[in-house]
Amino acid sequence: MLIQVNGSKREADVDPDTPLLWVLRDVFGLTGTKFGCGVAMCGACTVHVGGQPRRACVTPVGDIGEQPILTIEALDGSVTGQALQKAWLAVDVVQCGYCQSGQLMQAAALLEAKPNPDDADIDAAMSGNICRCGTYGRIRTAIKQAAADLPLPARAP
Amino acid sequence: MNAPNPAFAPTRRAVLAIAAGVAGELALSFRLSGNTAMAQSAEASSFRPNSVVRIDRDGTVTLVVPYAEMGQGSLMSVAMLVAEELEIEPSAVKTEHAIGDNVLYASPLLGEQITGGSLSLRGAWKPMRQAGAAARMMLVEAAARGWSVPISSCHAEAGHVLHPASGRRVAYGTLVQVASTVPVPQDPPLKTGTLRLIGKTLQRIDSPAKVNGSAIFGIDVRLPGMRYASVMACPVLGGTLRRVDQAPALAICGVRQVVELPNAIAVVADHTGAARKGLAALKPEWSDGANASLDTAGLVATCDAALGTQGLIAETKGEPARAMSAAKTTYEADFRLPMLAHAALEPLCCTAHVRPGSCEIWVGSQAPGRARNEVAQALGLPAEAVQVNNHLIGGGFGRRLQSEWITQAALIARQVDAPVKVTWSREEDMRQGSYRFHNHSRIKVGLDERGMPVSWDHRIVGPAVMAWFLPGYFRNGIDLDVTGGAYGPYALPNLSVDFVRNDPPSGLMVGNWRGVGDTRNGFIVESVIDELAHRAGRDPVDYRRALLEPGSRMLAVLDRAAKESGRDGALPRNSARGVAILSAFGSHIALVAQVDMNEQGRIRVPRMTCVVDCGRAVNPGIVRQQIEGGIIFGLSAALYGKITVRNGQVEQSNFHDYPVVRMNEAPAIEVVVMDSLEEPGGVGEPGTAVVAPAVLNAIRSITGKRLLALPLDPAMVQTS
Ligand code: FES
Ligand code: FES
Repeated sequence: MLIQVNGSKREADVDPDTPLLWVLRDVFGLTGTKFGCGVAMCGACTVHVGGQPRRACVTPVGDIGEQPILTIEALDGSVTGQALQKAWLAVDVVQCGYCQSGQLMQAAALLEAKPNPDDADIDAAMSGNICRCGTYGRIRTAIKQAAADLPLPARAP
Repeated sequence: MNAPNPAFAPTRRAVLAIAAGVAGELALSFRLSGNTAMAQSAEASSFRPNSVVRIDRDGTVTLVVPYAEMGQGSLMSVAMLVAEELEIEPSAVKTEHAIGDNVLYASPLLGEQITGGSLSLRGAWKPMRQAGAAARMMLVEAAARGWSVPISSCHAEAGHVLHPASGRRVAYGTLVQVASTVPVPQDPPLKTGTLRLIGKTLQRIDSPAKVNGSAIFGIDVRLPGMRYASVMACPVLGGTLRRVDQAPALAICGVRQVVELPNAIAVVADHTGAARKGLAALKPEWSDGANASLDTAGLVATCDAALGTQGLIAETKGEPARAMSAAKTTYEADFRLPMLAHAALEPLCCTAHVRPGSCEIWVGSQAPGRARNEVAQALGLPAEAVQVNNHLIGGGFGRRLQSEWITQAALIARQVDAPVKVTWSREEDMRQGSYRFHNHSRIKVGLDERGMPVSWDHRIVGPAVMAWFLPGYFRNGIDLDVTGGAYGPYALPNLSVDFVRNDPPSGLMVGNWRGVGDTRNGFIVESVIDELAHRAGRDPVDYRRALLEPGSRMLAVLDRAAKESGRDGALPRNSARGVAILSAFGSHIALVAQVDMNEQGRIRVPRMTCVVDCGRAVNPGIVRQQIEGGIIFGLSAALYGKITVRNGQVEQSNFHDYPVVRMNEAPAIEVVVMDSLEEPGGVGEPGTAVVAPAVLNAIRSITGKRLLALPLDPAMVQTS
């Protein structure tokens, strides 16, 4: 089947019930999207499907159809993505880094929906993403910093 | 394991030499030496370097690092040490993971290639700097020779050697050929006075690749022609595979093969999705073995029974028995700690390729040298025939000190005609752990008329992990890790610590968990001291102060924490601050946790203030990160952490029944890093150790009730 990933069409010869996560990682070699739980409980596999954040580990590839997929490898293609990556480095968010692809994709979806999130917005959007290294406080700071950095016209929707 | 391995008399001096036979580059090899004898023989004849600073003709500086990077910033920290002396920027240093080799890459403080015990930086501090200094001196000498000027008239700056008198300047890359003929300075002096990098918060060099998806963790390895496997071991711990009908898995699109091991089954496929689907389709029959009726209640009862037996004396001071009988009153309590999983976010994963007579492994390991030896043994190969390539780790916390899962991948790969990546499911990771085992403690404290301790009796019931993990920390039947920190940093006149060894049944694997022994004993000691303060009617900080060495670093840290946390500021009703302190891993730490309790008696932890004196902080930013992370890790355990066994099977399977702290529960954390010029202490673990006691001490202040077991009752935790 044909899937549109990060702007290009790619072919995958897999069962339609195969979770998108394994198609991205094993078939396409896009290993930036991570596996953490397999049951939509940790957020490590978060990608954008049709502009919405989705857990790739529970998204059957056969359900995607025409919807474009965006992964961490192409996050820097948007100003929101760039602002987040910059803030992540400036705040020194990253420890082991394993959760951070998912955190960034989730945060990008948040900023695109809510250009100026408050703490409650951040809690609501980000609490599905586990970080075992405990970088939550810095993620919060970095999201706010990225939001402040984004020129208003460039902000969402 | 919080201190250098007592089996060694470590030398921290670097032994330096030029690696022979490398053309066109300056490769300065040096040894982070295991012990004095080894270093001396190395100097005498067969020098075997274990770390390398390589400078290529194009000026690229590469550092081969023997430590694992699992988030603790080891790559950045060692890059800073070398860069400081070499007069370059850390961002100009490329790091490579060393391959697994226990002889070459032994940690100077542990004696093996192990990343744990918050010891990496403590072992690297001097040798890494000396290596940078030696390389710089050789480059300066090479330039001086070329210009025919005195060495003392030249100096290094920003990757160049300068001769200010003539205004000449030459890049390192141009000098490497000549520099490699310069004799290597032995014991080169380190910079003194103001340092350029060390002590500054600088952005980590490993972060850019971790925010764009390009960083390669063990789980991300890709090889031509590789297959993907999903594996399941007998759910009853220690059980074996009886039989399985392979057909349902083989019928699935993309599945290539089913591999049977004595205790597990693996499905090999073209991608992990097919492997997982294939595994789920199988109905293996297992032989449960000896643990078929094992359960947590039985394990706890065994610990409780052991509390009533006299253990081996681990430590005594003064006359504890006499002082106890002369005491005015006594305080007695039993403490119970549960079994815990590591639950790092990257599930265990290992790629292996077995060819006739050799095996290559791609993995993220905290002990790659051990992994190499264990794989060699399992496959019946000499160690030289096994190469272990190490990678970034998505959280270690001690789980990846074990190698049984690496051996398992090699045994699967032996039956597969291609490289195979074996990825554990989260469920497998949770159910086949190397858990922190149950620990129980019996405490009896004799008190004088003012409620101050005159005699301290601590009986520890726990496993002797060090007996097999690092026997240097196992002396006369006593596990020095489990018994470490058994009376905290306090100056007590009379004390006795005894150890009752209580190993788990065979098949239930236990190991090391972030914070090791001090995390267990820190909880107990800090709970007891706090309780004694309440009973004496004294402020818990003042009470501790009275028991600490005047002028000590620990006392200064406690005072600072009391000040920073604004403990005099008023809190709302049903809120309180709890304090806990610890001296371990070469560091001193104090944590003040604010706890709020609602009408239903449920708590949340909105704020934590932490002060740490970890000696000279190479990068205070990384220290802060590690303390913050350690606190969240400890909070997850205090609020939720509990692995239970029923009918021989671990009951928890994923993050719904082994919950961890999430964004909405994460407290605001303030970390103060004290200025210090002492040698660097560890920072990966102490943060974890002080959380549970600080939180429970706050709860004591609110409710008047002393909690003696972890984790909290779920009915006490506010989850949203
Ligand atoms: S792997 Fe998809 S949410 Fe955890
Ligand atoms: S940085 Fe390690 S899990 Fe988040």
